[in-house]
Amino acid sequence: MSALKIKKGATSHSAYNLRPNFSDVEERHTLAVLVENEPGVLARVIGLFSGRGYNIDSLTVAEVDHTGHLSRITIVTTGTPQVIEQIKAQLGRIISVREVHDLTVEGASVERELAILKVTGTGDKRVEALRLADIFRANVVDSTLESFVFEITGAPEKIDAFTDLMRPLGLSEMARTGVAALSRGS
Amino acid sequence: MTRQMTGAKMIVQALIDQGVDTVFGYPGGAVLPIYDEIFQQNSIRHILVRHEQGAVHAAEGYARSTGKPGVALVTSGPGATNAVTGLTDALMDSIPIVVLTGQVPTFMIGSDAFQEADTVGITRPCTKHNWLVKETDKLSGVIHEAFHVATKGRPGPVLVDIPKDVQFANGTYTPKKPSVSHYQPQVKGDMDAIVELVEEIEKAKRPVFYTGGGVINSGPAASQLLRELVDATGFPITSTLMGLGCYPASGDKWLGMLGMHGLYEANMAMHDCDLMINIGARFDDRITGVVDKFSPNSKKAHIDIDPSSINKVIRVDIPIMGDVGHVLEDLLKVWKSRGRKTNSEAVAKWWKKIEEWRAVDCLKFTQKGKIIKPQHALSRLEALTKEHDRYICTEVGQHQMWAAQYLNFEDPNRWMTSGGLGTMGYGFPASIGVQMAHPESLVINVAGEASWLMNMQEMGTAMQFNLPVKQFILNNERLGMVRQWQELLHGERYSQSWSEALPDFVKLAEAFGAKGIRCSDPDDLDAAIMEMITYEGPVIFDCLVEKHENCFPMIPSGKAHNEMIMGEVDTSTAIDAEGKVLV
Repeated sequence: MSALKIKKGATSHSAYNLRPNFSDVEERHTLAVLVENEPGVLARVIGLFSGRGYNIDSLTVAEVDHTGHLSRITIVTTGTPQVIEQIKAQLGRIISVREVHDLTVEGASVERELAILKVTGTGDKRVEALRLADIFRANVVDSTLESFVFEITGAPEKIDAFTDLMRPLGLSEMARTGVAALSRGS
Repeated sequence: MTRQMTGAKMIVQALIDQGVDTVFGYPGGAVLPIYDEIFQQNSIRHILVRHEQGAVHAAEGYARSTGKPGVALVTSGPGATNAVTGLTDALMDSIPIVVLTGQVPTFMIGSDAFQEADTVGITRPCTKHNWLVKETDKLSGVIHEAFHVATKGRPGPVLVDIPKDVQFANGTYTPKKPSVSHYQPQVKGDMDAIVELVEEIEKAKRPVFYTGGGVINSGPAASQLLRELVDATGFPITSTLMGLGCYPASGDKWLGMLGMHGLYEANMAMHDCDLMINIGARFDDRITGVVDKFSPNSKKAHIDIDPSSINKVIRVDIPIMGDVGHVLEDLLKVWKSRGRKTNSEAVAKWWKKIEEWRAVDCLKFTQKGKIIKPQHALSRLEALTKEHDRYICTEVGQHQMWAAQYLNFEDPNRWMTSGGLGTMGYGFPASIGVQMAHPESLVINVAGEASWLMNMQEMGTAMQFNLPVKQFILNNERLGMVRQWQELLHGERYSQSWSEALPDFVKLAEAFGAKGIRCSDPDDLDAAIMEMITYEGPVIFDCLVEKHENCFPMIPSGKAHNEMIMGEVDTSTAIDAEGKVLV
């Protein structure tokens, strides 16, 4: 043992092993970030998440106000309450970010995602896929004799459920847009 | 008033309009049009550094010692990448600087052109904001915005990347005007929170002010308000490395610096207080020690202009978002209007406790024998220079901590050190920036020989511009702090922590045409320091010091404020434990 009374091989003396004991329950939050639509703005947001080790579960971005040069980035992230607070504060610090809204805590909101799924198969499986698509209100946007392409819109959980059902019926490819979300009411 | 001019002329005009008098830079292919404009004017002095990292650190030194933004100008590619360390340093320490980089012409961007680098991409995480300007018409507006962003809110470095064709092209100059920027950080603190803090101040039994660089960044008025508040309440005050000078070291409420190598009384007061008032500091890991045991029984207030600093590391009870100066002004107003109350009886008892800790005299050392102790060298430097109009820079390592412990700062903006990033090689170029801003003042860079060698090429700059910077090198022929940690934590296996083949610093000074002074005898020290001070020109002072001195007191990482190890007693046991320490 050294004069510091640190056990041989102990790692707890590292200066970086100093995490505070905030609540460690992870929460899922949907953030709406209004940004100036300029080159590199998405890189600033993504760089913040990767640089500081935050999670991105889903991210969508598109211009929403052409005259005002504004884009809306919707980010679904998970983290402890303290991390979520940090993410919002750090986002707010980016010069090109105009507004940050935590839709999860700012009252009720609606979340929608669009997915396109290709399901290949013949016979009973093909019929069953079409029947389930009808139940889930998925639209057929393309068809061949051996495949359908379905388009489905809804909350991410609904899309998950539909995907799970399609998997044994021949799901071969899919694309998801990620979540777009808005607060309810005025 | 709008005028047509080339992009290059626009840049110079914008700098003049922003009140810039000094630019630190290094020319290259992609900034030649700007250098051509600099050649044809007399409003702005250009200081030719010897390496772009030096330019950025010099701009930092200029900014920190004046409170005005520093400006650096470098070329594309390697010029920009060499600036990255300085940018990161300025970001970590919240120093306002504007870095202008040249870029290959717009039509060549993305073609892997000669000296092309994705400068805005590389510097995105190490600037507060950056811009690539592709149209000359937008150039002057962006530069004005760059100064606005660098200086408003929590200050920081910004970068403007300017392709060469944009510099050549003609465009319309937009004069500086009251900001139309969307970036308008909130400076006034929430009144309810301020009142809540005043209520706590009125009843606190064991209060402490924990101040940081935010006070200095807020400007001299903030330091003045802080002094008024401290003296009126009679509460003890400590400061981080970054905040030294915001409250005078000669003030009787001053506890000295806190943190890993802070003073015993400061750290103990932080640990045992019942009200901690954080003013412009950020609970850095060098300050808190292990977070779980950080000041367990205190109510914590935190004044910070950056909302992301609040609750980042330590959960606080009273967050106040705003500029230190504005918040302190309101705080004083409210506290006075409510009758200037404090729990003076309890606070007097608290001071008694603090005096007991003070009596430990944690910085005491004994200078004996013929080898200079680094603490002694700095004590003598302090004694012989304290009456001077003095600015101190440092490099990074043991000497930096000793300088913070043994030099006293009476005013803000007198202490330039790389705190957050811990950049070896910072101090020498920073001292050049400081001396440019304060040509008549005594500018000393307290250095270690290893740090100093990292940017020693700037001797050329000091000589060319006749900047009488004093390089006070505590030479232990070791990477002292690395060596100390290896002794304490790695079984005294001194892996790569000493320098062989060091230059003869006196001859090195002479090779540049400067003065070199070597001192190895404690009896000669005062005369040697006086010689350094009185010499009218740059000096390299090679002070040969004790090679195995450790920097104490110390909160070993992973420990709490009340688990400090102290100087000589603990050191001697550490050395006795030599055999046991070996693994």
